[in-house]
Amino acid sequence: MSKSNQVLEEITSKEYEHGWTVNLEADEAPKGLSEDIVRFISAKKNEPEWLLEWRLKAFRQWQKMVEPKWPNVTYPAINYQDIIYYSAPKQKVKPTSLEEVDPELIKTFEKLGISLTEQKRLTGVAVDAVIDSVSVATTFKEKLSELGIIFCSFSEAVKEHPELVKKYLGSVVPMTDNYFAALNSAVFSDGSFCYIPKGVRCPMELSTYFRINAANTGQFERTLIVADEGSYVSYLEGCTAPMRDENQLHAAVVELYTMKGAEIKYSTVQNWYPGDKQGKGGIYNFVTKRGLCAGDHSKISWTQVETGSAITWKYPSCVLKGDYSVGEFYSVAVTNNYQQADTGTKMIHIGKNTRSRIVSKGISAGKSQNSYRGQVHVMKRAANARNHSQCDSLLMGDQCGAHTFPYIDVENNSARIEHEATTSKIGEDQIFYCLQRGIDEESAVALIVNGYAKEVLNQLPMEFAVEAQKLLALTLEGSVG
Amino acid sequence: MLSIKNLQAKIGEKQILNGIDLQVNAGEVHAIMGPNGSGKSTLASVLSGREDYEVSGGEVYFLGKDLLELSPEDRAREGIFMAFQYPVEIPGVSTINFMKTALNQIREYRGQQALDAVSFLQLMKEKMKLVEIDQSLLNRSLNEGFSGGEKKRNEIFQMAMLEPKLAILDETDSGLDIDALRIVANGVNKLRTKNNATIVVTHYQRLLDYIVPDYVHVLYKGKIVKSGSKELALELEAKGYDWIKSEATVA
Repeated sequence: MSKSNQVLEEITSKEYEHGWTVNLEADEAPKGLSEDIVRFISAKKNEPEWLLEWRLKAFRQWQKMVEPKWPNVTYPAINYQDIIYYSAPKQKVKPTSLEEVDPELIKTFEKLGISLTEQKRLTGVAVDAVIDSVSVATTFKEKLSELGIIFCSFSEAVKEHPELVKKYLGSVVPMTDNYFAALNSAVFSDGSFCYIPKGVRCPMELSTYFRINAANTGQFERTLIVADEGSYVSYLEGCTAPMRDENQLHAAVVELYTMKGAEIKYSTVQNWYPGDKQGKGGIYNFVTKRGLCAGDHSKISWTQVETGSAITWKYPSCVLKGDYSVGEFYSVAVTNNYQQADTGTKMIHIGKNTRSRIVSKGISAGKSQNSYRGQVHVMKRAANARNHSQCDSLLMGDQCGAHTFPYIDVENNSARIEHEATTSKIGEDQIFYCLQRGIDEESAVALIVNGYAKEVLNQLPMEFAVEAQKLLALTLEGSVG
Repeated sequence: MLSIKNLQAKIGEKQILNGIDLQVNAGEVHAIMGPNGSGKSTLASVLSGREDYEVSGGEVYFLGKDLLELSPEDRAREGIFMAFQYPVEIPGVSTINFMKTALNQIREYRGQQALDAVSFLQLMKEKMKLVEIDQSLLNRSLNEGFSGGEKKRNEIFQMAMLEPKLAILDETDSGLDIDALRIVANGVNKLRTKNNATIVVTHYQRLLDYIVPDYVHVLYKGKIVKSGSKELALELEAKGYDWIKSEATVA
């Protein structure tokens, strides 16, 4: 066995850092899924009648749908009756200030390096913390509301701003869009809601941290961000979960809506539990993320660093409806051990002079499979649409796989579409060059991988970029063959 | 400083070094010359710890330590630097970032504190001047899209930054025009002190016009067949390697 392979062995046996659980008393629904459960969830949340009807409609549709089989991933059939669809950390009353939040909860987030105590936050990042399925605390709310920005949990938005929720919920991802989106629409329990009023530039990063804690629980959160005319917001999402032997289902929906001249920048660092070295356990991450550039000159930019989950099925997309609207997708997806990722984007050009840019960097190590799946669709009236796609794959070791599935549909002759793809391996020569300069093998791999992913990492806000770099290094150190 | 005794090495089943003896003291410059395939680059690779070669006999001591027992990175940290014949490209990693990582790992090994950003920048500026290299080159991805001359100059810059005790220049002159050669050689000369040593591995004499060696060794079929002063290099230039080959065969 070469030395690199030994290092690979050592490193990949590293434990998942966030694999602890906390003893939080939880308020749970009984296992399984039925109309009664949907009603149970809605009742638990004291929802208005229209939302219950919306959920039930989604549930009935979901029952008629089948799970998609086209992704390049394999997993045993999911028993949807064996999942708990609602789990909330027990709190007697909804806290009105941070002082009233269960100290165990605050500790949970401090373990993750996320302080919910406002004065302790470093550089103005407002946080909404979602544990299992329920939002537990949102910081900086008052400061934001002075500017008319609404940033709160989804359930709160349903109560306080029903007109906005009613108008935009499902406007980007229809409830029956796909199997998992329909499931989410029926049983989603909470998530984050954000509205930036006309002409307001949100002065701080808004951030949601998702944590799955309870066992046998699915997490189905919903995020809805609406940017009114000429506004701007940068939004961060982070996720972790404890180590468990059984697989857990995570099926979220994220909807972004930009009006004329507005811009949303959405960044994710996904670090769900990936399963152990043998491929046991880990999160099934089946997520629907889509943005609608409804207004002219609007812009949506997705940046994702995907390092966790046993299976990732995720295609953050942009529907470029407004003329001159812009969609961007920057992605680093890392898979190691037995992880499987099928991820990419869809850029749907509807408006004239719309532009999109895709930069996808896949990194595969161990026995993992990493697929890029992307669609660029230029509709008939999308004159002068432009797209540039770049898909790079980096392989480490000789037992992993990298796959690229680009789909290009052009219905307008004036479109300009460019697609570039490369595949490379970390070379022994590169490693040796680093060693000869006194850099150890682990740091060498981290250096090379971060260099490879730099174009994407550069898109992340500062606070996240450092975290993402460390995460990449941790997932991959030494995985050279 | 460096003591090589009866060093033998092979790649796969092929024996390449057949018993090298070499003594290098502080302050000295040694040139290793020889025809293609004589084992020059293999010697450089074995000293720096490349895994492709298996040492099948002999010993190498560096500053009192058994060099062959050390990992490549520890050899570097002990003070061995190799200027590569073909420096590799590392996309997305600037020379500055690369050097910062290297320097701080070496310092950590030696029990020194990591350099802060200001001191590092200062050191860098100083060395940039010494080897006449432009900062714009150092901001770019390491060796990516560099010309042959730029790559070699970058190697010498790294050498200046890391201040090795023993520098091994592996065919540093290959692919250089005369101006680039002069700049690179100047850099090497400026870095010479009575405390460090240099091994220059080269096929041609012309580099030795600029980096003047104290000793010249001729390598043939994995053995040093002749050693002498810098005049030996001139003799080789005039007569070629054939007389060495026939002499070695007769002996």
